Amino acid sequence: MQDMGEALAVAMTLVLSGDGDLVEIVGLSLRVSLTATVAACAIGLPIGALVATNRFPGRGAVLVVMNALMGLPPVVVGLIVYLHLSRAGPLGFLGLLYTPAAMIIAQTILIAPIVAALSRQVIEDMHAEYADHFSSLCLTTRQTVQALLWDARYALLTVALAGFGRAVAEVGAVMIVGGNIDHLTRVMTTAIALETSKGDLPLALGLGIVLMILALGVNALVHSLRLTAVRQAYA
Amino acid sequence: MKPLRLAALLCAVSLPCAALADDILVQSTTSTANSGLYDHLLPIFAEATGIQVNVVAVGTGQAIRNARNCDGDVLLVHAKPAEEKFVADGFGASRTDLMYNDFIIVGPAADPAAVAGLDDIQPALEKIAAAQALFASRGDDSGTHKKEVSLWASTSVDPATASGDWYRETGSGMGATLNAGIGMGAYVMTDRATWISFKNKQDYKILVEGDADLFNQYGVIPVSAKKCPSVNVEGAQAFADWLLSDAGQAAIADYEVDGQQLFFPNAPD
Repeated sequence: MQDMGEALAVAMTLVLSGDGDLVEIVGLSLRVSLTATVAACAIGLPIGALVATNRFPGRGAVLVVMNALMGLPPVVVGLIVYLHLSRAGPLGFLGLLYTPAAMIIAQTILIAPIVAALSRQVIEDMHAEYADHFSSLCLTTRQTVQALLWDARYALLTVALAGFGRAVAEVGAVMIVGGNIDHLTRVMTTAIALETSKGDLPLALGLGIVLMILALGVNALVHSLRLTAVRQAYA
Repeated sequence: MKPLRLAALLCAVSLPCAALADDILVQSTTSTANSGLYDHLLPIFAEATGIQVNVVAVGTGQAIRNARNCDGDVLLVHAKPAEEKFVADGFGASRTDLMYNDFIIVGPAADPAAVAGLDDIQPALEKIAAAQALFASRGDDSGTHKKEVSLWASTSVDPATASGDWYRETGSGMGATLNAGIGMGAYVMTDRATWISFKNKQDYKILVEGDADLFNQYGVIPVSAKKCPSVNVEGAQAFADWLLSDAGQAAIADYEVDGQQLFFPNAPD
C-alpha cells in the first residue's frame, strides 16, 4: 500500500504545482466529456420523453433495447466510430479521426442511451402522476413532453451527471478514436493508461485521484446551482 | 445526412477540429513512445523544420493496420517482414532501417527455470518450458509478439499447447504485459528500451541477453500517396529524411535513460 501514499503525494504535488501539461489534459477531458454530455442530452432527453409518454406497438422491445444499450462497451463504440471516421471509412473525408471531435462523437454515442433510458424512467413515473391532469387540459404531445421535461429537470440533472460520469471515466473509446496524442487528444483516462503501461503506478494513481477530484468538482458545482435554483423558486 | 450535421456541429464547438495541414501523424510502436524517445526527438525536429509531429503509439500490428486505412503519414515499427509486405502491397513509399536495440528476457530474482546468465535464447526458452515456469506473452500481434513467436518456432516447444497453463497470453501492450508478468512472477520477453525506462520493476532482472537472434530492428516508412491521397507527402518525407540524416541519427544516439543508450542508429549511408 506504499503506492497509495506515494500516489496521494503525487496528486497533491500535481494539483498544487498547476503543471501546464496537466491543466491542458484536464481541460480537454472536461471539454470533451461536457460537450458529449450536452449532445447526449439533446438526443437522449427527447427520445426518453417520447417513449415515456407514448404507447405504441413494440414499445416493450424498445425499452429492453434502450436499457441494454446502457451497457454498450466503450471499446466497441470506439471501434465502430473508428471504422466510420477512418480515412478508409465512409466519413473519412471529414478528417475527424484523432481529433477531439471524434472523441466527442464516441462519448456521445456511449452515453446517449444512458440519458434516454434513465430519463424515460424518470419521466414515465412523473407522467403517471400527471396523466389525468394533462388529458383534462387536452395538451398536445409536444406540450406534454415540454411540461414533463421542465418539471423533472432536477431529476434529469442527475441523469445528465450519470452520463457525464460514464463519459469522463471511460478510456476504451477515446483511446481508439483519439489516439492519446500528446497536446492534441490526451485526456485524463488515456494519460492514466499510458503511465500504467510505463510502470509509473504512483503517477497513474495520482492522475486518477485528480480525475476523481475533477468529477467531484463538477458534481458539487451542479449541486450548488440546483440549490440556488430551488431557493429562488421558493423565495 | 444527420451524422454529418452532428459532426459539423461538434466540429464548430470544439476547435481545433482537424489537425493542421502542416502536421504529420506517425503510427508508431509503443516502445519508442513509452521510453520517451519521441519527447527527445520531436522538439529537435520541430525546431529544424517547423513541422508538428503527432504520435499514435500502438502495437506494431495495429499501427500497420491503421496505416493501411490511411490513418497516418509515417509508419515507425519493428517487424521487418510485415513492413516489407506493407511496402510491397503499395501502402508504403519505401522502407529504411532506422535504428536497433535488442530483446531481453526478464524474470523474478528467484529464477525458477534457472535461465540467468544464458546468452542463447533457444535453450533458455526450452528450460522455461521444461520447468513449466510461467511465461507472459504479449499475444497481440505486435512486433515483439511476432518476434517471440518466431523464437519459440526455432525451439522444440510449441507454447500454444500450454496457453492458459504456464504460457499466459495477455493480449495487451508491453507495459501492461510487464505489469501482469511481474504480478504473477512470470518470465517476460521485452525490448530493452521499454525495460530500462519501465518504473515498476520490483525484484525483476534481465536474465537472458546477448543472443544475435534477439536483435531488434526498427524501420521507418512514409505512407504512399498512391494508396492514400490524404497523406501529407512532404511532411512525411521530411520526417523520414530527417530521422535518417546525420542530425537525426545523432539525436537518436544521444537519447539516454539512467545513463544507458536505448536505441542505436543504423540508417544506411
